[in-house]
Amino acid sequence: MKTAVIVFPGSNCDRDLAVALEQVTGRAPVMVWHRDSELPDGVDFIGVPGGFSYGDYLRSGAMAARSPVMQAVAEAAGKGVPVLGVCNGFQILTEAGLLPGALMRNAELAYICRPVPLIVENSQTLFTNGYEQGEAITIPIAHHDGNYQADEATLDRLEGEGRVVFRYGEKVNGSARNIAGILNESGNVLGMMPHPERAFEAAHGNSDGRRLFEGLLEAVGA
Amino acid sequence: MKARVFVTLKPGVLDPQGKAIHHALEGLGFSGVNDVRAGKLIELDVADSTSDDDIAEMCRKLLANTVIENFKIERQAQA
Repeated sequence: MKTAVIVFPGSNCDRDLAVALEQVTGRAPVMVWHRDSELPDGVDFIGVPGGFSYGDYLRSGAMAARSPVMQAVAEAAGKGVPVLGVCNGFQILTEAGLLPGALMRNAELAYICRPVPLIVENSQTLFTNGYEQGEAITIPIAHHDGNYQADEATLDRLEGEGRVVFRYGEKVNGSARNIAGILNESGNVLGMMPHPERAFEAAHGNSDGRRLFEGLLEAVGA
Repeated sequence: MKARVFVTLKPGVLDPQGKAIHHALEGLGFSGVNDVRAGKLIELDVADSTSDDDIAEMCRKLLANTVIENFKIERQAQA
């Protein structure tokens, strides 16, 4: 599996994501700079990492969503290439219009950094076939703007179509319906606030995030 | 020409920041504040030929996230 990780000024989880991808696929991802307008040929997966792209200026993810490379990511996503956005990556994907809704300031205004309980609400996706339906897992979050909001009709639609993939197991940041991760309509773009790459091996305290990457590899094929 | 763009949260969208400001005002003893909503003011210095439509396009494409925010454009008369 050939993978790419997008790097923006201010990304800080790009290398964590690269380590996770390399360990699972046996191949280092291509790191693609935000000014590049093309992705490497034949990429099977694109990771949009966490961090504080462009210093979170204007709105989290707003500037990154309009960078040249995101045009290429949108095109690839349109062709069905799996795209995973983690944390700031999720914010960027909503700002780019690849996922519905918006991520607002946490309800208690605090930056929250801790492991949180998650429920796998849909295990029949490219990203979650390594989990059981309804499985309770623990993955860390680290964000200030993770409060997912969309209008009621959009939320109902996401729920009805099985596109709420991860839900917090407790109240965390004020997210509508405790939503932690959602899928696009075609099922190949996943945005999530929790960091699976930070729960990847025993040294991280738990490895619940590892199965996301392993499941993806299985779904996409070597 | 100078133009001001006011970006505000749509009605009904929760505003944790506004809420915190509200609490702080009450803590300072200002009673009678019913609600607080926080937004952004962006000042643009643009060519005189720039139309309102051009600025609205800037708002839709970047300055505001129209999923959650409204915008209002105010042109300033030349001093």
